[in-house]
This record gives sequence, C-alpha cells and structure tokens, in this order.
Amino acid sequence: MTAALDTVLQGTLLGGLYALFAAGLSLIFGIMRLVNIAHGDLIVLAAYVALVAVQASGIGPIESLVIVVPVMFAVGYGLQRGLLNSTLDRGILPPLLVTFGLSIIIQNALLEGFSADSRKLQAGALEIASLRLGPDLAVGWFPLLIFLTAVAVIAGLQVLLYRTRVGRAFRAVSDDPEAARLYGVDNRHLFALAMALALAVVSIAAVFLAVRTNFDPAVGPARLLFAFEAVIIGGLGSLWGTLAGGVILGVAQSVGAKIDPAWQLLAGHVAFLLVLVLRPRGLFPRAVD
Amino acid sequence: MAPLLETRGLTAFYGDFQALFGIDVAIDRGETIAIIGANGAGKSTFLRVICGLLGAEPDRVRHRDEAIGGLPANRIVARGIAMVLEGRRLFASLSVEENLRMGADVGRKGPWSLERLYRLFPILAERRRASPATLSGGQQQMAAIGRALMTNPDVLLCDEVSLGLAPVVIRELYAALPAIRAEGTAIVVVEQDINQALQVADRVYCFMEGRVTLTGTPKALSREQIRAAYFGM
Repeated sequence: MTAALDTVLQGTLLGGLYALFAAGLSLIFGIMRLVNIAHGDLIVLAAYVALVAVQASGIGPIESLVIVVPVMFAVGYGLQRGLLNSTLDRGILPPLLVTFGLSIIIQNALLEGFSADSRKLQAGALEIASLRLGPDLAVGWFPLLIFLTAVAVIAGLQVLLYRTRVGRAFRAVSDDPEAARLYGVDNRHLFALAMALALAVVSIAAVFLAVRTNFDPAVGPARLLFAFEAVIIGGLGSLWGTLAGGVILGVAQSVGAKIDPAWQLLAGHVAFLLVLVLRPRGLFPRAVD
Repeated sequence: MAPLLETRGLTAFYGDFQALFGIDVAIDRGETIAIIGANGAGKSTFLRVICGLLGAEPDRVRHRDEAIGGLPANRIVARGIAMVLEGRRLFASLSVEENLRMGADVGRKGPWSLERLYRLFPILAERRRASPATLSGGQQQMAAIGRALMTNPDVLLCDEVSLGLAPVVIRELYAALPAIRAEGTAIVVVEQDINQALQVADRVYCFMEGRVTLTGTPKALSREQIRAAYFGM
C-alpha cells in the first residue's frame, strides 16, 4: 500500500516538471495558435544559459534564475518579433517548418559550443534533502519544490490572463486577432510578449531539469514530446488542464517504471494514447473554441 | 476649415483586384452619413481602409487634417476612429463587461464610461458577466457598439449593424444614435437597408462598383435617383 502511494506521489511530483515544460507551449498555442517544435530545444538552450551563468559567476543553479529568466525573456521577445511573427497568418505549415528548422539550429549550435558531453547543475544539499511523511514514505524537497513552483507558475499565469489588462488583450487576440487590432492591440508586440513569457517559464523548467538529470544538446525533442503529451492530455487552451496532464503523465511513467524500469516512457505514451482515444479533446478542454 | 475626416481619390486593392476607384467622402463633427449600395459595391472595403485594416496611401485619408492612410489599426483607434465590424465580432472568451473594457483600454478620455454606457443600453448592465455567445443578436450588437464607444471616438464607423436583426431590434439600436451624436461624434453607417439609412443620415453616399455614383441629403434625393445609383439602371 505504502509502495503504491509512494509511486503515485513521486509520479505526481515528476508531473510538476512536465507541467512546467508544457505551460509555455500551452500558452503559445493558446494565444497565437503557434505549435513551437523548438520548445524542447529552447528548454535545453535555457539550461546551457544557466550552466554558463553558474560557471561564470559561481552562484548556485536556483540563484542563476535571476540571470536566466531575463535572458530567455529577451530571447523570446526577439525570436517572436524578428522571426516567428512573419510565419503566422499563412496557414499551419510555415510555423511548423520554421520552428523545426530552429530546433535543428539550436541543437547544432549547442553541439558546436558545448560538445555532446552531458552536463548537470549541482544544487548541493537541496538535491538529497527529504521530508519524511511516514515510516516508509518520504518525498524529496527538490521534487516538492518543483511541483509547488509549477502550481505557483500556473496560478500566476492564470491570474495574469484573467485578472490583468494585458491578460485581457492576450485572450482577445486569441479569439479574434483582427478585431483586437481595432481595440488598440499591437498584435506583433503582444505575441512577442507571450513568447517572452513562455521562455521565462521555460527557464525555470530548464534549471530544474538541469539539476534533476543530466542534459546534452540532443535531449530537447524528448522534452517537447512530454510537453505535448501534457498539453493534449489536459486539453488545449487550459492551463490547469496542462498541470493535470503533466501529473497524469508523471504518474503513468512512475507506475510503468515500478512494473519494469524499461516501461517508464512507454507507460506515459500509453496513457497519452488512452486519453486521445477516450477523450480526443483532452480532459479539460476550453469551453469555447 | 478642413472636415473632421475626409478621403480624397481613395483607392483600395485586394492583391491585384481593385475594389475602390477614387472615393471622395467628407464628414464633419456631429454629422451622420450613410453609405448605401449593393453587395460588392465597396462599402465595407471603404470602412476597412479608414480603420486601418486595409492599406492606403497616407494622404488619401485625412483625420483632423493629418494624413492617416495606411497607419496600423491600433494607432488609428488611438486617434479616435472606432469601427463596429460586420457580424459583431465580440471576443468570445471575454465577458460582456471585459469586451467593453477592451474599448476603454485604448486609453482615450471622453464622455463614455461603463456607467454611461449601461445607461444607454441597460440590458448590458444586467448581462455584464455573461458570455457574449449567450446574448441575443440585438444585445450582441449593443455590446459591439458599446465596445467601440468605450474608445471615446470622434468618428464611429458602423458596418451593417442591422444585418440579420428583427425590425423592432433595429429600431432600438438606431434609437441610441441621437445620444451618440449629441457628444459630437461623427457617425458613418454602412447599410443595405436604404430606408433605415435615409432616416438617420444627414447626407447619403451611394456606392456602385467601387465608385460614388450619387450623393446628397436624403430630402434632396428622389427614389428614382437612388434606384439608378444603386443598381445602375
């Protein structure tokens, strides 16, 4: 019984990381219907930015967020304004092709600059400290921190979208970009802000990833896949759904790994396919679409 | 003195297709003009050029004696030209009140506030938290007009506001016009319903195939002249 509870608990906490991978993807798709194939590679890019920041200044990985978040925010703004905006409004293919190309460019640039060696960020005692919940049950402080951060980030995005003026503009643009322009919204600027925000969230996910596991320039696409699965399981356009999707994916992987370590990823994909078959629009689709 | 808004020799294109051929229209403060014409005459295109959704040469559109042709839509609304799009086009995931606030977010000072607007259209106050999809067609149109008024425009462009609405609802909508004009707002209505247009307008422009074929005050124009200008026969 405790073992089963432990499996679900660890899976849930892992789901927090997946939700952080997915939140940016969900936000971007929700606001501008852009499917960002380079999302996973941008996570890896942010991890390398953190690596450089840590190595150059000697600060810890968590503290490096003060540098990584603004840097990736600026990268996101520039990327959208300088490149991705011109791929929108021309059908579904141009953004897919351009972000696919971007994914290859980022991977190869990182390979060129940092080699294929796998890296990891060290967070010291935080990585191994744990909180005892019972005689045979404990959770690591670090996974707990990741999960609580995911909840806080998604709550924050939710407040931004539904309680602020810029959030109102984001939702208006998502509903009807042309009508939004007639209400003073500069779509190009707003889309760039959305990408900047998404990459700020990506930075947090990247630092957690880099502390939790090894990374190298080629791990982006797998992270993209987890992010996609979390978004689709949760239902497009719903941020809390994305959190739920991440948790379901995490629990499925954790249960799979418990049965046989080789089944971890497979179990996640099976859960994803099951949701697609039973609820093609995901578990919590947005009411209006 | 220059008119509040004027176009001189305005042309417009969709790709290679020319939709407008040298349109001259002028409107003063507090004036209401109606643009009538058959489907495809270029009425909506004309409004889309003025509000910045379609490009134009700068000097072909002048507002408060400054060239504004080809400015992006978000800058034109900030200057005080608001557009009520055909088909209402309310933001579906925003509540009625949030839709209205989108107008206020443009940031122009003026007579229109939520309070004032709810006095003009009391039903919107009742439905302020509702999703626009749950409103009747007439209520949606009130919200769309209200959203445009919340930008405190000096020119209000209305594209086919009566389309698909029952006559009693249309009368209710047009009954709001005097309150809007009283603020000095100039109004351009594009209408297929000629009678409605003739009733509210100070002057009428008849469009056919991208050209102005007739203009004058409703009193001065005879039915025959309008029919000829409208259908080209």
